[in-house]
Amino acid sequence: MLVWSRLGRVASFALTALLFALIYGLPIGVIALASVAGQWNSVLPIQLSFAHYANALHGDSFEQLRVSIFTGLIASAVALVSGTWAALALRAIRPLPRRVLDAVFFIPSAVPSVSVGLGLLVAFSHPPVLLNGTTMIVLIAHFVLVSAFTYGNVSAGLARLPADFEQVAESLGARPIYRLRRVTLPLLTPYLIAAFSLSIALSMGELGATVMVYPPGWVTLPVGIFALSDRGAIFDAAALTMVLAFSTLIVLLGLARIPTKASVR
Amino acid sequence: MADAAIVVAPSYVPRASGLWIAPPIIVLAALFFYPLCLIAREALGGAGHALSLAHFAEVLGSRLFREALYHTIVIALCATAGCLVLGFVFSVLIAFTPFPGSRLLARLIDTFIALPTFLVALSFTFIYGSAGMLNESLMELMHLPNAPVDFLYSQWGVILSEITVYTPFVMRPLLAAFSLIDTAQIEVASSLGARSMRIVQRIILPAALPALIAGGSLCLLLTVNEFGIVLFIGAKDVITLPLLIYDTAIQQFDYTTACVIAVVNVALSLSLYSLYRFVVAYFGSRRAGLV
Repeated sequence: MLVWSRLGRVASFALTALLFALIYGLPIGVIALASVAGQWNSVLPIQLSFAHYANALHGDSFEQLRVSIFTGLIASAVALVSGTWAALALRAIRPLPRRVLDAVFFIPSAVPSVSVGLGLLVAFSHPPVLLNGTTMIVLIAHFVLVSAFTYGNVSAGLARLPADFEQVAESLGARPIYRLRRVTLPLLTPYLIAAFSLSIALSMGELGATVMVYPPGWVTLPVGIFALSDRGAIFDAAALTMVLAFSTLIVLLGLARIPTKASVR
Repeated sequence: MADAAIVVAPSYVPRASGLWIAPPIIVLAALFFYPLCLIAREALGGAGHALSLAHFAEVLGSRLFREALYHTIVIALCATAGCLVLGFVFSVLIAFTPFPGSRLLARLIDTFIALPTFLVALSFTFIYGSAGMLNESLMELMHLPNAPVDFLYSQWGVILSEITVYTPFVMRPLLAAFSLIDTAQIEVASSLGARSMRIVQRIILPAALPALIAGGSLCLLLTVNEFGIVLFIGAKDVITLPLLIYDTAIQQFDYTTACVIAVVNVALSLSLYSLYRFVVAYFGSRRAGLV
């Protein structure tokens, strides 16, 4: 609409494509290239090899992948339950306190993740609740960090639901539990899946809080990648980053394919 | 407020007890707000001691802390400015110059948000690092003995990485705001002879202003909190507040000092968060492009 001439359109398309390729394509392409680089001491790698992937997929790194996926699933599942619960319960509250509480549920996303980790260390390093050095503290940190995003997604979804379905169900005498199970939650499913996917992706890439609280036996993939890059094994780090990005995308794509009743409607 | 009336559709209000909100509040209080309060308590002298500002005075006076605060603010401001410019240009190109694949491009940017931030920092090592592609090419082309490009291990490396990572956060509200612009307005303006730059100035920019301010304040918050990029770039003189907290608590086991810095960092983040909420409430979430 802004550019009318044919030449102008081609030029603006070329400009956009070039900028995108430089700013977003290049970093991902270079990581991918580095992950298969055998020897790289001039402009481009001289030879390619899959040795870095072989390193990534056995031993420690594979265990880290397992830990990351497990942490993401558990933390996101708990966050999904608590976020959905909070969003549903908030609807019954008067507007002013509702706005305050809404802001409160978002606060964990505004606090730097390193401080969330530090807080957990300070709070749970002494009895009665001694969690420092356990797997639990990593799960809690991830739950806290993703909870705001699940809450946000679910409450945005709730605000967009058409009001009439629930009203009709209520006027026909459906009990609250039945209404929730058969009307509200099925309508909400696409938003629940979106919230769950986003929080898994966030959790799998989380570094700040994890690096503060992780015990030796529960190393997530980002922490492992940092350890590799810190000791100079940047090609192994690149391969592991590709593994992380791909497994995140696979989880997201898998979740996006779940059929929902609301999408059929 | 005609547009506000459209947003607030009569949503369903269930008749339930307000007490149902208690369980998630209690969970959040125990796992998040209680630890946050303990950070403040530790910073003020630790449990069992009288409240004192001695630690604060000591830490806030130190050169290391002041430099970290300075770097945090400079990096956040520069990165946000960069995100706003780049995000605006990209969004205008995507939204108003239709070409094949522009929707796909917008989707791809959304996926980029889901990737870990340190990916960009790591890839910049291969591109702009001292033995990276850019330096190797320049050295080969111009027969130089040393690497000519050397900005990665300074604050500019961090700023460039953050601009790459956080531009999508400006683009999302902008694209949403642009979808609300009546295209007839632009067509009429251009049929009356307005040139593209004038249309951008007089129609697109005013419509985008709320989304720019909202996206900008979100960027400011995210860049102040950014940790992974700064850690991966690992430049010795570029220490930000989150990195200083990590160094103090984990490398030096000095929890009290770390807590003092965390109090300042959390206060900074919460004020930026309030600014963001205020902006969104002021413009209405629809005009800020957040619906």
